[in-house]
Amino acid sequence: MDLKLGHYNKDGIEVVDVEGEIDVYTAPRLRELLIDLVNKNNYQLVVNMEKVEFLDSTGLGVLVGGLKRVRAHDGSLDLVCTQERILKIFRITGLTKVFGIHDTVDEAIAAKKSEK
Amino acid sequence: MATVEVTFTPLPAHVRTARLVATAVARRSGVDESLLDEVRLAVGEACSRAVEAHQRHCPAEPVRIEMTDQDQRFVVTVSDHAPTAPARSAAAPATDNGIHDRAGQVGPGHDSAGHDSAGHDSTGRDGTGRDSIGYEAIGHDGGAAFPAGFGLAVISGLAEDVRVLSTSSGVSVRMSWPSTAAAS
Repeated sequence: MDLKLGHYNKDGIEVVDVEGEIDVYTAPRLRELLIDLVNKNNYQLVVNMEKVEFLDSTGLGVLVGGLKRVRAHDGSLDLVCTQERILKIFRITGLTKVFGIHDTVDEAIAAKKSEK
Repeated sequence: MATVEVTFTPLPAHVRTARLVATAVARRSGVDESLLDEVRLAVGEACSRAVEAHQRHCPAEPVRIEMTDQDQRFVVTVSDHAPTAPARSAAAPATDNGIHDRAGQVGPGHDSAGHDSAGHDSTGRDGTGRDSIGYEAIGHDGGAAFPAGFGLAVISGLAEDVRVLSTSSGVSVRMSWPSTAAAS
């Protein structure tokens, strides 16, 4: 499968594990998952991108869409990403200023907790 | 004549194939390993753009990608046949639920132009390939988060040489990267 998705709850934060390629073909599945999580009242999300091998603007759009949805409920969506090749597209598009990007899931969770 | 030409039905499922072929041909042409991620991403963006344009305007027409070695550059051209209507926004401008970063500043190139689900093709821009990166509101759970020119903006950030040729019958996005002289 091009894209593998999983999610679990940790300390009240919903963590989404993404593995594989997020592109125009696979991004809709991630989008649906994020919509689904928000519909189930999960407004504190962390998306773990450490196993993402490819991300394009469609994928970015899905993440931005997810961010907007949780923010409508005063929530937040943070990312975990240390891969330079993935960070590159966030930099090019200026989205490093928009998303909280952390080195590990634990750091992302800690950051969210300290923001509250 | 192009070194390699691929035509494919305008389906999202084929964009990955086009990326893989382009990356393989780039590598074979001597493009440096450190640039291959850029090639993959830029070609993917151009193909995604073309696929979406075809799905709106001419879903039976294939998208074409040509890859050539030329003057020590690896050149990729992605061509679509979607007519480029001027980007007229019939909808009223969306209210501002643009993205604000954590400091409360609006994201780069904030643009509140409306975006209808029929889409508008912004490739009628001039040939710089640069477009304002506008974040538009999602009025409902449909449609993209970004306006149509966003993919081109990403491509411009990745390839030093990008030319967009836009005519009434379609758009070509031409990108190139340095390659070593062909060994064979």
